[in-house]
Amino acid sequence: MAVEVLKPGLFSNIQDRGRFGFGKYGVPKSGAMDACSADFANDLLNNDPSSAVLEIAFFGPKLYFHIDASIAIAGLEAEILLNDRQVPINKPFFVPKESVLDIKQVWKGNWVYLAVRDGFQTPEILGSRSMHDGITTRKRLRKRDVLGTVALSKSRNFYESNLVFDAKPYGRNMLRAFPGPEFDLLSKQGKSLVQTPKFTVSKDIGRMAFPLGGLVEKGVGSMLTGPVLPGTVQLTTEGKLYVLMRDAQVTGGYPRILQLADESMDILAQKRPGSKIGFELMDF
Amino acid sequence: MNDQKPTFKRYGERGILISWKLGMDENLLRFILGAKKQILGSNIKSIVEIIHTYNSLLVLYDTPIKNIYGEIKRLKNYISTYSSSQKTKPTCFHIPVCYDPKFGLDLELVKTKNNLEIPEIISLHSEPIYTLYFMGFLPGFLYLGTLGEKLHIPRKERPRKRVEKGAVGIAGNQTGIYPKNGPGGWQIIGNCPLVFFDPKQNPPTLFSAGDKIKFHSITLEEHRSILEQVKRGEFSIKKEMHGR
Repeated sequence: MAVEVLKPGLFSNIQDRGRFGFGKYGVPKSGAMDACSADFANDLLNNDPSSAVLEIAFFGPKLYFHIDASIAIAGLEAEILLNDRQVPINKPFFVPKESVLDIKQVWKGNWVYLAVRDGFQTPEILGSRSMHDGITTRKRLRKRDVLGTVALSKSRNFYESNLVFDAKPYGRNMLRAFPGPEFDLLSKQGKSLVQTPKFTVSKDIGRMAFPLGGLVEKGVGSMLTGPVLPGTVQLTTEGKLYVLMRDAQVTGGYPRILQLADESMDILAQKRPGSKIGFELMDF
Repeated sequence: MNDQKPTFKRYGERGILISWKLGMDENLLRFILGAKKQILGSNIKSIVEIIHTYNSLLVLYDTPIKNIYGEIKRLKNYISTYSSSQKTKPTCFHIPVCYDPKFGLDLELVKTKNNLEIPEIISLHSEPIYTLYFMGFLPGFLYLGTLGEKLHIPRKERPRKRVEKGAVGIAGNQTGIYPKNGPGGWQIIGNCPLVFFDPKQNPPTLFSAGDKIKFHSITLEEHRSILEQVKRGEFSIKKEMHGR
């Protein structure tokens, strides 16, 4: 009985660095939507970077700690209450046993990450603790779920940290991206258009994809199914852009117009629905 | 296949996409699988994974590729020196499918559009020995080809919000089986009671690209019975080495 879920929140799930080597079975890599923030939460506790964290979307959860814990929550901005008192984001702190931690609301961005010392000890399936429908038994937390943790050793139960979260990159509205394999299917105008901040993050965002509002150009159609990666920007038949995210399928049949730089995936993950973005084309 | 020169393109900072100008082709698949094995067995330590589809190989590295020309040259070398003279004997699996209208939701549609009687649809689908080209779309979703021309039908314009686990679908020159419940855009003609993906096993599936698949028609009762056997872990899939 380590950490018990009193309220699951909108969509809370465990993520680590993801699954490698199972793409040939059609298994997505998964992993944290904002990998940079997830890593920062672990860094604040001096954790191994492979330690599993709790990924929290928009609001919730409410957690009961049956044990003492050393934790940190990382991301842009959120209202976090420990036993009804505000605690800061992006700083490690001690949670005494029998405490209630309430991550009430994510104020800036879409996701925040809760790390515990030495990571959550939930089941590892196909080499990762990342939750995914059809792979792990749970795809998200439910009320009364229990998350295992490693017991704190008496000598190391609190961490100070001088690390400062760098929020600046998240302010960019032009996301660095490389031309995708089918970039040249776009006309000259299409190529210019994707380099302007005219695309809106849809309200239908999720771990698989971020659809974008705004038209590029029609008529390119589908192609023979090819490999795709998280961060691939596809052009749909209607001419809209569709950014594949961490839980995206491994293969796809739409033209791959752009490929986000790694940092751009983290930045895009934290763009609220309605945000306007464009792509800054990089040379290889 | 060595004179079919592929193109090499960067795909993100850590990927190289190798593409051939062909569609679904068994010879190309054999070549791609052999080349993949060759590259993975090489001394290039920074390659983490290689994903393939009908006509592509995506080689993924663990860090951003610094010397792209050198890397492409190295891959080109592996591919051009690879010869598919080694004869691999793929496994042929016999897969039971129930084509009863209870499961074959789009049998009538295929009958109308392709001007075929339903028994014809069933025999056209279950006669050939298909090749497993790759897995994708969902964990354990098998992309099988080549579907006979008489059965060619486009995928649905609006995918179904939910297809059953085991649903057997056709689209274009492909056929496949949905490994779990979920949305699906292919035309559904039957259902297979087997498990195609079990994450608790390693490997999580019985099948590998290059394997052969042969369907055979079963009754509703047989479908129910096999489903029970599978649940109890008592079902053994029939298989043999394929090819002369």
